[in-house]
Amino acid sequence: MLLSTIVFLPIVFGLILLAWPSERTLRPLALAFGLLEFILSLFLLHLYDPSTPKLQLVENYLWIERFGIRYFLGIDGISLWLVLLTNFLMPITILASWKAIEERVRGFHIALFVLQTAMLGTFLALDGVFFYLFWELSLVPMYFIIGIWGGTRRIYATVKFFIYTMFGSVLMLVALIYLMLVTQEVTGQMSSSILDFYKLDIPFIQGQFLSPQSLMFFAFALAFAIKVPVFPFHTWLPDAHVEAPTPGSVLLAGVMLKMGTYGFIRWAMPIFPEAAAHYAWVFLFIGAVGILYGAWVAMVQPDVKKLVAYSSVSHMGYIILGLFSMNEYGVTGALYQMLNHGISTGALFLLIGMVYERTHNRVIAKYGGLAGKMPMFALFFFIALISSIAVPLTNGFIGEFLILLGTFKAYKAVGAIVVLGVIFGAVYMLWMYKRIFFGKPGELVTHDKDHPLHDLNLREILVLVPLTVLIFWMGIFPGSFLRLSEASLKHFIANQGNYQLSVLEKESSYPMALKESNYGN
Amino acid sequence: MDHQTLVAVLLLAPLVGFFINGFRYRKHNHLVAGAIATTMVFISFVCSILLFLNLTEMKEENRRIVVSFFEWLKVGNFKAEFSFVIDQISGIMILIITGIGSLIHLFSIEYMHHDKGVAKYFSYLNLFVFNMLLLVLGSNLLVMFAGWEGVGLCSYLLIGFWFSDESKAAAGMKAFITNRIGDAAFLIGMFILFLQFGTIDFANLNGLAPSTPTHDWLNPLTIACLLLFIGATGKSAQIPLYVWLPDAMAGPTPVSALIHAATMVTAGVYMIVRLNPIFMAAPNALLVVAIVGAATAVIAASIGIVQNDIKKVLAYSTVSQLGYMFLGVGVGAFGSALFHLMTHAFFKALMFLGSGSVIHAMHEEQDIQKMGGLKKYLPITHLTFAMGWLAILGFPGFSGFFSKDEILWMSYHSPMGHPALWVAGVLGAVMTAFYMTRLMALTFWGESRVPKNIHPHESPALMWIPLVVLAILSVIGGWIGIPHIISEILPGHPANIWEHWLNPMITKIPGLAAANPQEEWTLMGVSVTLVLLSSGIAFIFYGKASELPSKLSENFGGLYRLLVDKYRVDEFYEKALIRPFVWLSENLWLHVDVSFIDRCTHWCSNFVKGAGAMARTVQNGNLQQYAMYMALGLVVILSYILMR
Repeated sequence: MLLSTIVFLPIVFGLILLAWPSERTLRPLALAFGLLEFILSLFLLHLYDPSTPKLQLVENYLWIERFGIRYFLGIDGISLWLVLLTNFLMPITILASWKAIEERVRGFHIALFVLQTAMLGTFLALDGVFFYLFWELSLVPMYFIIGIWGGTRRIYATVKFFIYTMFGSVLMLVALIYLMLVTQEVTGQMSSSILDFYKLDIPFIQGQFLSPQSLMFFAFALAFAIKVPVFPFHTWLPDAHVEAPTPGSVLLAGVMLKMGTYGFIRWAMPIFPEAAAHYAWVFLFIGAVGILYGAWVAMVQPDVKKLVAYSSVSHMGYIILGLFSMNEYGVTGALYQMLNHGISTGALFLLIGMVYERTHNRVIAKYGGLAGKMPMFALFFFIALISSIAVPLTNGFIGEFLILLGTFKAYKAVGAIVVLGVIFGAVYMLWMYKRIFFGKPGELVTHDKDHPLHDLNLREILVLVPLTVLIFWMGIFPGSFLRLSEASLKHFIANQGNYQLSVLEKESSYPMALKESNYGN
Repeated sequence: MDHQTLVAVLLLAPLVGFFINGFRYRKHNHLVAGAIATTMVFISFVCSILLFLNLTEMKEENRRIVVSFFEWLKVGNFKAEFSFVIDQISGIMILIITGIGSLIHLFSIEYMHHDKGVAKYFSYLNLFVFNMLLLVLGSNLLVMFAGWEGVGLCSYLLIGFWFSDESKAAAGMKAFITNRIGDAAFLIGMFILFLQFGTIDFANLNGLAPSTPTHDWLNPLTIACLLLFIGATGKSAQIPLYVWLPDAMAGPTPVSALIHAATMVTAGVYMIVRLNPIFMAAPNALLVVAIVGAATAVIAASIGIVQNDIKKVLAYSTVSQLGYMFLGVGVGAFGSALFHLMTHAFFKALMFLGSGSVIHAMHEEQDIQKMGGLKKYLPITHLTFAMGWLAILGFPGFSGFFSKDEILWMSYHSPMGHPALWVAGVLGAVMTAFYMTRLMALTFWGESRVPKNIHPHESPALMWIPLVVLAILSVIGGWIGIPHIISEILPGHPANIWEHWLNPMITKIPGLAAANPQEEWTLMGVSVTLVLLSSGIAFIFYGKASELPSKLSENFGGLYRLLVDKYRVDEFYEKALIRPFVWLSENLWLHVDVSFIDRCTHWCSNFVKGAGAMARTVQNGNLQQYAMYMALGLVVILSYILMR
């Protein structure tokens, strides 16, 4: 029941907030809920058995019998850290929204909790339809978060975000239905369980794009590629980020983009192994282009939030590259980079939000000399920055190093080209840092004697310290994280072409699950 | 204490200092901040001495201390431990780093005492020492790379220490980014070595290095070595990535002494010496190293001749001297290169600190045209600086003489060398003698050109004590590596301790002939004579007949301008690389991203909207129109049935 509790507790929190009588205690209560949820998910670390790639803590019930749709939750080494990342970022986001969100506080927190359920469900659902529900559900709260609490062009941005993502999802739905029909054809019983999908042998004809497997693969891949977003499907991202309120940006970049990369590793690649291998070059190409393109375009952005948004395009390109290099280094690095990006980019968006609350402006050229006024802020920003540009002993280095090693091992030329991203990453970040923090005080920094720029307050430090600790912890002791994912990733690499997952049996002691324990035989 | 504890203390003391001063960054007391930082580095120095003594007591066959703390990264076959090795090479390096580091920390206390950010300064300086130790002690390429990037980061922070001056902040950024170019190549080099040998541990790599060298340019080993060397050109300021070092002089002067002269910039040399069996297996790569080293030695020295900023002269001198070290490793004389690394650390740190003392006395004035006659006001600084001057000149008996002479000799004598390399080396030495004598003459000797409002004064004891210690080292530091032909004629025949010490770590040069004493004496005689001649000319030019230089520069105006403009390399990079990239980026953003990719999505949505609008006209609720559709439909169906 733990997974169900983790997934649906946030919705319950949302309902409680809805009925909560006091406006004043809303924020502390929401924070307490967020922390409670995070602590609850820490139990996963305790219960999770890292020695096996099997699915654990499984809850598997038949939901709609006629279509073989199941209520199927389970966790393995791939989803484990993404769940923890989500629940780790949530209380931080709530604490960070103390000042950023001033209107409709109740509604905002309800939206956050609904979003949390949707994101967790996406990472934990192992039934196609169930997964799709969470996937689509996540759009709704984010749509409102950007559309209600966003900036001046929020409506344009949020509609673009919604429709763009929706477009990909619909194709995925078609492919999903096709897969379900195939299961019926093969086994006589329709099913949307991922375990049944894994077993399918979908016809693949080498060199023919119109073979079923290729088409289905691209239908899934497009949905995920838009979510990631991979170049050239990225243009919704800068708009969404610039208009989103700080908490929205943090969760969008920190967690929601990972839903796309997670989709690749959990759904698209193992269900359609031949197509994924055959068309890997497509993703290597757009991943590599995205790394450099994102970095270059980020370099010339006048708006700091847009700069970080384009840097996300660049960083997510690394993850795609790591996944499609299809070796242990690349895939491990990709998984690690998903967490790193959530932390470093999350921290950058939080920091930008903090200074925005003081100056109400994000134009880089209007800053300058900020390090003199806000030294502590400059320090935290610098730490997030070195994590983002992958300086050793920070988390970013481990991920980027493994991805580059994996890519280089698989494709020498691609590896040699994308290593240039290491240089350009430093260029756009340091140039931005120089223009904001160094030099003569800019117009926003000297201006306004009545409202001097205060350095970080205690609440803001509390927001940033956990992220900073993680940046170095993950950079110096990556083993403590990778250890838990090793078995699953090894299994993933070793069984390319015929990937299967099974369920760890000891969890079936739940009375209701007992009925289903013979599932899959 | 056991080795594990010693190494832990050695590494962690500066890190602790970093945290203490980092948390009290608002404090202004230079004595407290400086005392903390200096003590921490001194503790490291003591640990280094203890470890080094342990090393000397060991048997030569297994003279190494390996300490492993924890597993850093393990994925598949890739395994990197957080482990450290102290052997003949790194043992010397930690003595240099912490020894000179302590002196420079001490010097900084007075030098930085007016600065409000003094605690921050010392915390960065300590962090640098930590990273530098990581770099030289790491027992595998990944730990070395961590230190490698770490020192770059500290260098960035310290160059841009006075960040409210935008040009200084820009210099820091330039340093980091130029280094990053090298680092990217370093990474790929590391990947190739790992994929080739399945390990990144130095001991394993060196053990696995093929004994028969490959002469294939496209052999993975050659490529890996070349890529690692590109990494070295970034960190150690060689052609084509040297451009950051002169700008790096924007940082406080003790930083230049520690980071940009004595320690960090030598990391590239250290890396190649550390991997010398691998590099020896790729002689083509070493050839490139030698050529680049020699070219850098000459070109940087030529720029140094016309610089008027005291620190810029020393900066180009450093680039040039680093070129000598690479020339040394390039011809297979790894021991000599490391020897020059050490003596250079002594005399260049000395001269940088000396220039700091001058700048301090001159109230932040750095232009040597506005100095002159400072001998009178700064006797100790002058005397110690003169020791550094004689050492870098290669005046017989001074430290630089022994190390530089060995490199020059080997560049001629080694089968991997070439007379042309020797000529380049001597040319560099001649120019070095010229610009250093010029610097001495313009700064300390002759008539005073000091502006009226400046009253130079000798620096306090905390500043001149490090100068004296370094001056002594600059004089005697070379005596542990006296070449055979000289020791023969000296009383007691002192042994070449240096060579003996490093011997087990250095790959022998295949086909190295026995030295011909006559040849060696001749070459040495030629280079020393030319150097003395060149200093004599410089002395006459700038000490006596001060109208000569301006006449010369008028007659050779083009060449002179070219030198003053530093061969316009920065301008070339700006035009050929930076601007095109910014241009490309702007166009990608405005014309590809906004005007094309994003517009495509708008086209798609407009298409859907348009299609919807068309469909809408069909369903407009107009009853007559519906009746017409029905009639039309009836017609179509009827005609279909009838015509069948």
